Amino acid sequence: MWDYSDKVKEHFFNPKNAGAVVDANATGEVGSISCGDALRLTLKVDDNSEIILEAGFQTFGCGSAIASSSVLTEIIKGMTLDQALKVTNQDIADQLEGLPPEKMHCSVMGREALQAAIANYRGEEWKDDHEEGALICKCFAIDAVMIEEMVWANKLRTVEDVTNFTKAGGGCAACHEDIEAILEKVLAEKGEKFDPSAESVSKPAEKIAAVKAPLTNLQRIKKIEQVLESLRPSLMADGGDVELVEVIGNTAYVNMTGACNGCQMAAMTIAGIQQRLMEVMGEFIKVVPASEMKKLVNIEVA
Amino acid sequence: MADIYLDNNATTKVDPAVVDVMIPYFLEQYGNPSSIHKFADGVARGLKQARQQVQALIGCEHDSEIIFTSCGTESNSTAILSAVKAQPNKKEIITTTVEHPAILSVCDYLEKEGYTIHRMPVDKAGRLNLESYKRLLSDQVAIVSVMWANNETGTIFPVAEMAEMANAAGVMFHTDAVQAVGKIPMMLQDTKIDMLSLSGHKLHAPKGIGVLYLRRGTRYRPLLRGGHQERGRRAGTENSASIVGLGKACELALEFIEYENTKVKAMRDRLEQGITEQIGHCFVTGDMYNRLPNTTDIAFEYIEGESILMLLNKAGIAASSGSACTSGSLEPSHVMRAMDIPYTAAHGTIRFSFSRYNTMAEVDKVIEVMPGIVATLRKLSPYWDGNGPVADPEKAFAPTYA
Repeated sequence: MWDYSDKVKEHFFNPKNAGAVVDANATGEVGSISCGDALRLTLKVDDNSEIILEAGFQTFGCGSAIASSSVLTEIIKGMTLDQALKVTNQDIADQLEGLPPEKMHCSVMGREALQAAIANYRGEEWKDDHEEGALICKCFAIDAVMIEEMVWANKLRTVEDVTNFTKAGGGCAACHEDIEAILEKVLAEKGEKFDPSAESVSKPAEKIAAVKAPLTNLQRIKKIEQVLESLRPSLMADGGDVELVEVIGNTAYVNMTGACNGCQMAAMTIAGIQQRLMEVMGEFIKVVPASEMKKLVNIEVA
Repeated sequence: MADIYLDNNATTKVDPAVVDVMIPYFLEQYGNPSSIHKFADGVARGLKQARQQVQALIGCEHDSEIIFTSCGTESNSTAILSAVKAQPNKKEIITTTVEHPAILSVCDYLEKEGYTIHRMPVDKAGRLNLESYKRLLSDQVAIVSVMWANNETGTIFPVAEMAEMANAAGVMFHTDAVQAVGKIPMMLQDTKIDMLSLSGHKLHAPKGIGVLYLRRGTRYRPLLRGGHQERGRRAGTENSASIVGLGKACELALEFIEYENTKVKAMRDRLEQGITEQIGHCFVTGDMYNRLPNTTDIAFEYIEGESILMLLNKAGIAASSGSACTSGSLEPSHVMRAMDIPYTAAHGTIRFSFSRYNTMAEVDKVIEVMPGIVATLRKLSPYWDGNGPVADPEKAFAPTYA
């Protein structure tokens, strides 16, 4: 069974605003019955103030689809339509105290139903702007369609390229075989052949040449700082950040801050940082949350 | 009432009698069976006895036809890869669309390597067409691999007949029987089945032990090479405690096989009847008249399986579902799709699978809570209106694909 947060369970077992709003003047219907998730959102909007007075949902779907629908109706009630349009799927997931990566699409469905309902109220036509594929990278929730598009658009050639452009494969690395299969397929469509040892198309700024000679502790700290600096933009894109607290031998103690703090993905992210550090520095580095440091001190004192 | 376990096709509780026979192999007879000292001298005998206990359950001619493996998946991979290795000129494989991933993934992999895979379709009741099967058999086929019983619906395939047909065409025949062994009486020596996979944890032995039955004389190439264990056909130090446990479990399975087909079946039938009588818009999937005695798979229309499971779990009942969400995939179970079950029902399938540990009182409890669970979720469903589905559901609710 999925590792659902208590908040997801709460909204699933006792959903809020279930059913259609009786005199609704806005309706959004999104989802895919083949995937097993579909949602109808009905709203009653005050015509003068454009404030959402009532919101109701009807959902065919799993626990997290129902929970996402329920929490969405709670979030948007009382908002103006313009405020509601700013609600992101991350807001929905945050309100639920996180969703498993395989289930993030449930929060996306919630946001899209909201956009569709508002478009319906305003007499506009709503068009879905993304297609969802099979989930490839479970660490960073990246699907096949996204990877294929990036491979096409940026002429990517290696797994490393894909990781640099999409983050896919940057964590536990278990999906590298699947990423290779996508590369093989797309490159074949372009009349090229996949070559695992091909030169990377990109030379991203964060790429720092591996140093062969053993590092002094000072050099090591500087290098680690450099790598963390280069990873920072992608963490901040997800609303998080990382801070280096201490380096003892080959162990780097870090604080995950912002959205990373308490995020279910934090462990994955740390694994990804560790992987990156080892690649760049060419030596074994262990990355540990700074919270583990206290235990270490205690052991030493004892 | 204690929690109710109706997910025995996923895995089973280890029988306490099985645990009892295993313990000495952890604490006393822990020697390597290949060693010559008193910590090992009982182990070889234990393994021999286990081999005979497995032999008795599946009715094969020689105990040396039993190869112990780590699981059903290993047995399946070994069987198929052995057949293609041993017959490099044959580039076709016949299987079905409803096999377990342990077969389908190996076939997908071989397809990439240039093999032609014939995946036989099934009809709406999950049955194969033997006429089209016959037409596929040729000297180009390296192996036929067809499951004895389906893990989701319990539907039984006529493997004995299909093995005869393969044999007549000179084609090797393998069956994945992990769901069937211990539930259906079998006498392999009277069949033309060349290889069969079974798994310990489906019949009250521990996880991590399986068997590949290999008919004497069948051409074979090992998957794992190394030591002389299993007569060199599966190298690696024997998992002696689990092998002995599996032996005991097979002995018990043989003892209980009548119980399985009478008492366990009666519980399954009562549950199925109780649910389908009380709840509208639900139906049993698979071949009603040719199924494992312990399995029922019921599709509840217009609601989704994971939601049902979460509410069942809250009521202390464990079952499983063929919905996409329970596995994190984008499609409902390939078995449901193969039977052409509509999406609005395929996502709402729940499998209840019994064992000899279940009771009629448990059945009654499930019958009692199920209608409420279905009603709760239908109240949330865009396809449902009051007491029935909305008129023309597919049109009344047609979401934008997102």
